[in-house]
Amino acid sequence: MRDKNYTRREFIRNLSLTAIAGMSIPLLSACTKEEVEDFLQKHFLEMTEEEKKRLIAKLEERYHQKYGRKFQISTKEAQQDTLWGYGLELSRCIGCRRCVYACVKENNQSRYKRQLHWIRVLQLKRGNLINLENSEHYYNPDTVPEKGYIYLPVQCQQCQEPPCVKVCPVHATWQEPDGIVVVDYNWCIGCRYCIAACPYKGRVFNWAEPNIPKEEINPSVHYLGNRPRMKCAVEKCTFCIQRVRQGRYPACVEACPTGTRKFGNLLDPNSEMRYIIDRKRVFRLKEDLGTEPKFYYFFES
Amino acid sequence: MEKLRETWHETWHFYRRTLTLVAKGNKLYYAWCFSLMAIIVVGFLSYLKQHDVGLIATNMNDQVSWGLYIANFTYLVGAAAAAVLLVIPSYVYHFKPIKEIVVLGELFAASSIVMAILFVMVDLGRLDRFWHMIPFIGSMNFPQSLLAWDVLALNGYLFLNLLIPIYLLVKFYYRKEPNWKFILPFILLSIPMAVAIHTVTAFLYNGLPARPFWNASILAPRFLASAFCSGPAIIIIIFQIIRKVSTSKIEIEDEALFKVSELIAYAMFLNLFLLSAEIFKEYYSQTVHVASFKYLFEGLHGHKQLVPWIWAAMTMNVIAFFIFLIPQTRKRLTTLNLGCLLVIIGVWIEKGPGFVIPGFVPDPLGEIVQYLPNSLELMVSFGIWATGLLIFTLLMKVAIPIETGAFSHVSYVEHSFRKEEENQAWEQGSFKKF
Repeated sequence: MRDKNYTRREFIRNLSLTAIAGMSIPLLSACTKEEVEDFLQKHFLEMTEEEKKRLIAKLEERYHQKYGRKFQISTKEAQQDTLWGYGLELSRCIGCRRCVYACVKENNQSRYKRQLHWIRVLQLKRGNLINLENSEHYYNPDTVPEKGYIYLPVQCQQCQEPPCVKVCPVHATWQEPDGIVVVDYNWCIGCRYCIAACPYKGRVFNWAEPNIPKEEINPSVHYLGNRPRMKCAVEKCTFCIQRVRQGRYPACVEACPTGTRKFGNLLDPNSEMRYIIDRKRVFRLKEDLGTEPKFYYFFES
Repeated sequence: MEKLRETWHETWHFYRRTLTLVAKGNKLYYAWCFSLMAIIVVGFLSYLKQHDVGLIATNMNDQVSWGLYIANFTYLVGAAAAAVLLVIPSYVYHFKPIKEIVVLGELFAASSIVMAILFVMVDLGRLDRFWHMIPFIGSMNFPQSLLAWDVLALNGYLFLNLLIPIYLLVKFYYRKEPNWKFILPFILLSIPMAVAIHTVTAFLYNGLPARPFWNASILAPRFLASAFCSGPAIIIIIFQIIRKVSTSKIEIEDEALFKVSELIAYAMFLNLFLLSAEIFKEYYSQTVHVASFKYLFEGLHGHKQLVPWIWAAMTMNVIAFFIFLIPQTRKRLTTLNLGCLLVIIGVWIEKGPGFVIPGFVPDPLGEIVQYLPNSLELMVSFGIWATGLLIFTLLMKVAIPIETGAFSHVSYVEHSFRKEEENQAWEQGSFKKF
């Protein structure tokens, strides 16, 4: 069975990997077995089921040691006939940033010495929506909303034509069948070309080793989503892939106190998203760039 | 079998003599090499620190995610591409004064490419995963990603610029006629490849609609024009230094330098023209895309970090243009050298930091975060520049005596009373033939 699928490409690869491994013996002998395994780890999409299982077991063990919690690492694949879309009702957002911190908590982002956020809320003076140059990213009043301002939350727009995927030199990021753009954190080489290519600042970088207090870790993770990451790899919003593939809403949708955030399957004619697109006035950010976002901003009609 | 042994024997001798040649020199040579090595050690230690803690050791951030390293990379690719300005006059037009130094120019290109590649390597967050980018072994995103194109183009050009000079030099060493049928296709290929590496590097930025400052179709021509000023300027300076300090008397005629400097005048005109075309478009149309230009040239919302730099660069480029334009100043070594220095620094600012940083300011969500490299980035960068200079120095230490005939197989086998004769034969034969 296996032999039949053994292509020449694979042969060359295995041969070269063996050669690399051989040549690096003096170097690698200084490393632990774990480090060697990490070094030679394959691209996620090229692993067999068996290899995935072994990897997950290894990671669960490693995370357990590091954080003292029992982890559940899912590799659940996309459901059929699903294309996730997001709706955000601008007239409702009050700029409280509860979504931002719910996201940080749910998705195990680094907390200190570069705290990472996958969602940014921009404060804009009324009378202005598109010219983001006048936006304030670090507004910090006692209460929100402030008079005379509106709020524009921005996160990965899960483009159907993602420029970040196009530019990645090593296929470390790709679009899943349900439309979510994911990253194999173990394959990313940290060149940050995707960050330069993204028009929405949807990607952030772990400039240092990520830093999460043990008691705040979320042990329910997806391999392509919120599992703890490592330094110098890129990361981004995945619509909470660990939740939505199990039929739950993304954390930001649940956290929003004003019902600003909506989520649903664009291919399901009865979904909330389809209702919004059909009945409300929707627009997408920077549509002129041809990125085809699946993130719809809308107003009450 | 006998022949094989002989070949092996000779090759062994060639390597041994080369190593001896490289290891021996006068005081100046030792001082130069050891100071370069000291800088390299400091740079390497700084890099180890960066590798340890991650890129947080630099001043780069989520807003300005590329900095000094990528700026240097861009500049050096241009410097390497500029070797084509020596290749064309010598191999295509048989301009003799340049023909005698073209091999040195090609080795200069090779050293620049090595530096450019090193700058990309230190910029990678995960150098340990570098193998993911190697075709067939990793999973290179070719032809989609321009970075994949760049890796292929740069390595291809590096290969050519090592193969051609080394092949020719080894032939010179053995006083054998180069097989032009074999090497000429590579030489001709290196011409479009020089243009290609810099075009691909320009496209790397050019293809990003998220960054209007870079998303201008004039970018690739601008890159080539600025490269064809700065690269030759470096070469002119280097050749004069070689002429001064080299112990084996190499013939580098002033005429060759003047010819190259004439090319700089044209290139600098084009560079300034293309830049002003770009500035006109942005400032006259006054769309939101003018923001990055404003940040660069006059400051944006009170942020003016780059303003003095770019105006210094503009001043230097304009002064240099006139120096190269006027024959009297172009053909006097003192003014020529002044012009070269102005071009080297001016273009470095313009297409290094002055090009990379404004692409990130303001960022796609309108945020303005300023960036200046920190001391660690400076030390790593100096380390890489020193590495390139050291490589080039060692290459020159071998290449120049071969070129002048002081270091050859003949001088090893017997005393060179036949040398003159062979020199002539070699010149007439090889050069005329092709």
